[in-house]
Amino acid sequence: MRILLAFVCVFMHMELSYSQAGKCNNILSGSILDTHDQTSLSGATIIVAGPEIAVLSDLDGKFKIQNLCDGEYTLQISHPECNTQVFKVSVYGNVSKNFKLEHHLESLNEIIVKGKAFSTKTESILENNLSEQDLERFSGNSLGDALSQLSGVSSLSTGNSIVKPMINGLHSSRVTIINNGVRMQDQEWGAEHAPNLDINSAGRITVIKGASALQYTGDAIGGIVISEPIKIPIKDTLFGKTILSTSTNGRGGSNTTSINKGFNSGWFSQLQGTIKRYGDFEAPNYILSNTASFERDAMFRFGQNKIDWGWEGYYSIFKNEVAILRASHLGGAEDQVNAINSAVPAIIEPFTYEIGLPYQEVTHQTARISVFKEFEKLGKVEIGYDFQTNRRLEFDIRRGDDAGKASVDLRLNTHNLNAGLETSIENWDFKTGAVFNYQSNFANPATGVRRLIPDYDQYKVGGYAISNWQSTNNLSVEAGLRLDHTVMDVFKYYRTSFWEARGYNDLFPEIVVEEVGNQILTNPQLDFTNVSATLGATYNWYDNWLIYANFSLASRAPNASELFSEGLHHSASRIELGDLRFESEISKKVMLTLQKKGRTTFSVNPFYNFLDHFIIIEPTGVEQTLRGNFQVWEYRQTAAEMMGIDFEFSTPILKNLKFSNNFSFVKAYERETNVPLINIPPVSFSNILTYETNKFRASLTQNYFFEQNEYPNTNFEVFIPETQTTEVVDVSTPPNAYQLWDIAFNYDFNYSKNNTIEIGFQVQNLFNTAYRNYLNRLRYYADDLGRNVIFQTKINF
Amino acid sequence: MKNLFKITLILSLPILLFSCSNDDDAPVPVNEEEIITTVTITLTPTNGGNVVTLRSLDLDGDGPNDPVITVSGNLSAQTTYNGAVIFLNETENPAEDITEEVNEEAEEHQVFFVTSSGLQATFTYLNFDGNGDPLGTLFSVATEEASTGNLNVVLRHEPTKPNDGTLSGAGGETDVSVSFPVIIE
Repeated sequence: MRILLAFVCVFMHMELSYSQAGKCNNILSGSILDTHDQTSLSGATIIVAGPEIAVLSDLDGKFKIQNLCDGEYTLQISHPECNTQVFKVSVYGNVSKNFKLEHHLESLNEIIVKGKAFSTKTESILENNLSEQDLERFSGNSLGDALSQLSGVSSLSTGNSIVKPMINGLHSSRVTIINNGVRMQDQEWGAEHAPNLDINSAGRITVIKGASALQYTGDAIGGIVISEPIKIPIKDTLFGKTILSTSTNGRGGSNTTSINKGFNSGWFSQLQGTIKRYGDFEAPNYILSNTASFERDAMFRFGQNKIDWGWEGYYSIFKNEVAILRASHLGGAEDQVNAINSAVPAIIEPFTYEIGLPYQEVTHQTARISVFKEFEKLGKVEIGYDFQTNRRLEFDIRRGDDAGKASVDLRLNTHNLNAGLETSIENWDFKTGAVFNYQSNFANPATGVRRLIPDYDQYKVGGYAISNWQSTNNLSVEAGLRLDHTVMDVFKYYRTSFWEARGYNDLFPEIVVEEVGNQILTNPQLDFTNVSATLGATYNWYDNWLIYANFSLASRAPNASELFSEGLHHSASRIELGDLRFESEISKKVMLTLQKKGRTTFSVNPFYNFLDHFIIIEPTGVEQTLRGNFQVWEYRQTAAEMMGIDFEFSTPILKNLKFSNNFSFVKAYERETNVPLINIPPVSFSNILTYETNKFRASLTQNYFFEQNEYPNTNFEVFIPETQTTEVVDVSTPPNAYQLWDIAFNYDFNYSKNNTIEIGFQVQNLFNTAYRNYLNRLRYYADDLGRNVIFQTKINF
Repeated sequence: MKNLFKITLILSLPILLFSCSNDDDAPVPVNEEEIITTVTITLTPTNGGNVVTLRSLDLDGDGPNDPVITVSGNLSAQTTYNGAVIFLNETENPAEDITEEVNEEAEEHQVFFVTSSGLQATFTYLNFDGNGDPLGTLFSVATEEASTGNLNVVLRHEPTKPNDGTLSGAGGETDVSVSFPVIIE
């Protein structure tokens, strides 16, 4: 039941007020609708002051009040969880009016996995939910940690602090993250670049497993993660929360606080901040030296929500320093052999809170201003402008005068302007819009290390049109199309030896600007046109059963790393080479879902993704340098395919006791050779037993990860002079299967009317299992985290 | 009206920002300062004779060209040589002497000399860091019988000190690893 605020402005007329003892057989009828998506609201109470008539809106949201005399009436509409609202209506003769109400979303903190366009009802892919409680459970962790709870979503990590979401096996540039309407531009191409998003700033997070939400982007081949702050109700209110969380593993904790103010007039503001500090983390048998971290974030929003128009100003800052496992920092292949063959990390020191070398320091700031207005005949128009600036510093172990200087210093600034229109005509919904984007990347030469990615300016323009047709009560059909054009103007220094070895001197002589020492300055100017589309349907088969079918076409231009990598990537201890000739990737994905809702729920979600010009990176040889031998990895485009199933199931067992299960698997291969793709999540499942009463909740979770038995062989050999032997450097073999058990307890109680305190106690990795995760890039050097006891207090006020 | 003004203001913002585009000057090249392009080992016999120079040169760093190894001559058997290791960055002109930095940060560095089983020679450290642990940019080598083999010279950064004198025992990161074919006659 939702409470709708009747908003009369659109319908209100200033009429002369006169009463007339005339006709008294007028009928006032109409529908009560949700102002956001025009769904009808049943069970709203409409009271006419004066005659004191009260009626309820029926299951279709319709109401009828009979036998009214001509005159001015005051109506009061109410609904649970909503403000009672009063407004005036003139009744002369029969009157038909629809009233649109807005419901309060005061405590909506959910992670939703759904394939529908965000916050509207276009829906041709499935929806899964994680409750608000689960989102707050990860208050002290990262976005990647929270998302990996969902079936089909896993994590690619570099140690435990740098966690990136993977959707159906795809990550980085193939997963788009939207933060309060802003598409994040935070050097997401890097496998060791975590999303610069504070999980505590989210009021709701939605994951879309595919590229169907074309209003955001057309290149999200893996999927889209949408984070939104909470909605502040249109009433005089002041509320907030603070969460304090402490962890034994890392011997640190986090605090997040948010204060929200709403006004009857529609003004609102929110101030939110987070601070997290951890020292070295621990594996079951040793300290993971140099894994401390320090994060501080803040967010401020303000604006006016007048229901049929409004605006918002937003600013956020995310600043994170993360130390990288000391034992993972190596020279060449000879060092790698030692590290991989050693049972424990080469460097283990006593616990410290110090963030030592190597470490990353990232600062990301976002500012956005947006305005929307509903026009009676046209629909809702929204215009927004946002600006992001990202500064990424990576500090390495250096010698002499360079000690203390960053090895990577990238500044990425992005301006974005978007305009969109949402409109509905009968049972058709339309969304259309355009986006303009300008980005510039500056790699600071003061580092004294050759640029990881070059300086460039990039311009993008795009447009989309999406429609949804509610054909019958049970069937809706969605179709969408999007076009994007990207232009890149790049200045790139190539080593002359590489330029000639690749044959670029023959292929691209026109982009050479000049020769400087043993390097060549070039000015590649690239452009990409990307078409994306979606077509799908949702069928409500009967009762609680739903079938979703969706086909989506997505197209992604190659990123700066895939195009321009050309040198030693120190943190990966390997040489990476990109290719200037790359074209856009194209993905054609088919997804089907069968869902049952109700007391027992389940969903089965198979998919098949047919990929062309898919960019992979693989070893091609070993390079001899004065530092020793380094494996060379080169990017290559190939035809690939990915397929899999996600499955979820939940059923109540006894009173208050519920059992749930998640299962997912993904298989991915190059189409021509059937060689498996690298870094594909192994099959996994989880079982959860939950006991829940009004105030108390307990859960027991088992997470099981199989061994990934399908992987490409990327091993190579290196000659060790000390032992006069040739050793195999085994970088391919995935670790063994493992399982992790977690328990959690939550208890909440009121400390005053409307204010609650919630106490939570959680143990992760209950049995202190030593394990290595195939998707952790540091798995060669150390085990993953040992037991972690988390104590959390949340105060709502 | 108020709304129209707001919308106009919002729309004009990006125009203002687009017009303030960054300058179009080409970026400056980065010549890596820490890169070691050259390792030169000079062996001077203690009782006079020809100096033998071993050099490994790789001007393109991690680029596709392999290091170029030159050995100026053969060593004599039953002879002691004084050795010096020099690390240079020859992408700069004049070449930057990295050995200076290595010597200044002696506690964080150590040079290792590994001979293949055929080669009969014994190495002794001649310089040490502030704690008395070996550094190795100055050393002496005593050759024994005539033999041939490989000499692998490794510079480790932040090794464990003191250590057992082997590469596996010392740990740290390999900053230099070069191999020279050596003939003792």
